[in-house]
Amino acid sequence: MRTLLTLTLAGGLIGVAAAATGVALTRPAGLPAGTLDGLEGDAARGAAVFWAAGCASCHAEPRAEGEARLVLAGGYRIESPFGTFVAPNISPHPEAGIGDWSTEDFVTALLQGTSPEGRHYYPAFPYASYARMTPADAVDLKAFIDTLPPDPRPSAPHELSFPYSLRAGIGLWKALNLDTAPVIAVDGAELERGRYIVEALAHCGECHTPRDALGGLDVARWMAGAPNPSGEGRIPGITPAQLDWTAEDIAYYLETGFTPEFDSAGGTMGSVVRNFARLAPEDRAAVAAYVKALPPAE
Amino acid sequence: MTSIRAAAIAMALAAMTLPAAANDFANEVGARQGMFKIMGLNVGVLGGMARGNIPYDAEAAQVAAANLVAVSAINPLNMFPAGSDNLSLDTTRAAPEIWDNIPDVGAKWAAFGTAATAIQAVAGDGQAALGPALGALGGSCQACHEAYRGPELN
Repeated sequence: MRTLLTLTLAGGLIGVAAAATGVALTRPAGLPAGTLDGLEGDAARGAAVFWAAGCASCHAEPRAEGEARLVLAGGYRIESPFGTFVAPNISPHPEAGIGDWSTEDFVTALLQGTSPEGRHYYPAFPYASYARMTPADAVDLKAFIDTLPPDPRPSAPHELSFPYSLRAGIGLWKALNLDTAPVIAVDGAELERGRYIVEALAHCGECHTPRDALGGLDVARWMAGAPNPSGEGRIPGITPAQLDWTAEDIAYYLETGFTPEFDSAGGTMGSVVRNFARLAPEDRAAVAAYVKALPPAE
Repeated sequence: MTSIRAAAIAMALAAMTLPAAANDFANEVGARQGMFKIMGLNVGVLGGMARGNIPYDAEAAQVAAANLVAVSAINPLNMFPAGSDNLSLDTTRAAPEIWDNIPDVGAKWAAFGTAATAIQAVAGDGQAALGPALGALGGSCQACHEAYRGPELN
């Protein structure tokens, strides 16, 4: 009986110690020294990163079209099971947006999901994908966003229910889910380019891959389709187990929004196509090649 | 007095039973989906030629474009009665936002008409002319789908 009590006490203490270590380990870390050395932002290259990374899909005002998609006032609502996330203003406005951020602030936010004040962002901001982005692309992206119109409207707060309103758990979530390694193995320059666009920039897996109980992507079922993270219905799977389009079909769809049956993209994918339409044709071809190379998954 | 009371009760009962008699709008949903199917088949002719998957044929391209213009002349609102959205029915992808934004829906339908007329004007001019016109047409489809069409049905 005494042994049992001792064991229980010891177990409890180990648990407390582990939890304390866990929190300590998952405090925001910051970029490794030298990450930004020698990097000079190039706004023209950053524009390509901007469209590939889909920034406007959440950070432009909902329903914005044409040039208005470059006003990054935020406001897109992700109605998730944890509550509603509202995309913030990331225009270069010094107060309402991110105009007063340093390059290091920006790259840390994007690659590590940590704010300039050292707070964890909710992973509705797809930094678990952007973590695979090269620092050079992130620096170019900052240079491009700096050229966009500042918008003075303040960001709206997220509408989350307890306990998701507490950010403490996000550190653990990051420890489980932040991984800069590629998800699937591929061979050759075109497939590697496609993988980089899909896995790091366009964050396709955030919607097309199902999540585990803790909200992390279930990479064993990479791109196998998932419940819509924001509302009704399902996001379709795009591995060869679900999609039999040719690579040309996929590239044409990403350019025009037309399926092989000449139905057209809708919902959130419509916005994705409007981004992809701005990419270089060889980048769309690379994405198509990557999609064809996905391991079939159910 | 009794008859007024009886009428009131009857009305209350009728109001209570209304939801049970909810309309599935099968005719309207079928008609509008057929309308979009006609669009898709004719865009498919033009798109197949633009992509080089089917040989260019000026006459067939003209017929397809004329069909698109004809569809664009339809006023689709009769086929979108209130309550025939994808929250009320599991047979449609029409988002409830349609009914909050009827003028915008109308403007987007008119944009489809403009794009259809433009493709009709160039459909006989050879395969190369189809691509850009089709791009504009696709943009009009997508603008409406992005705002007003929900995810695929399970």
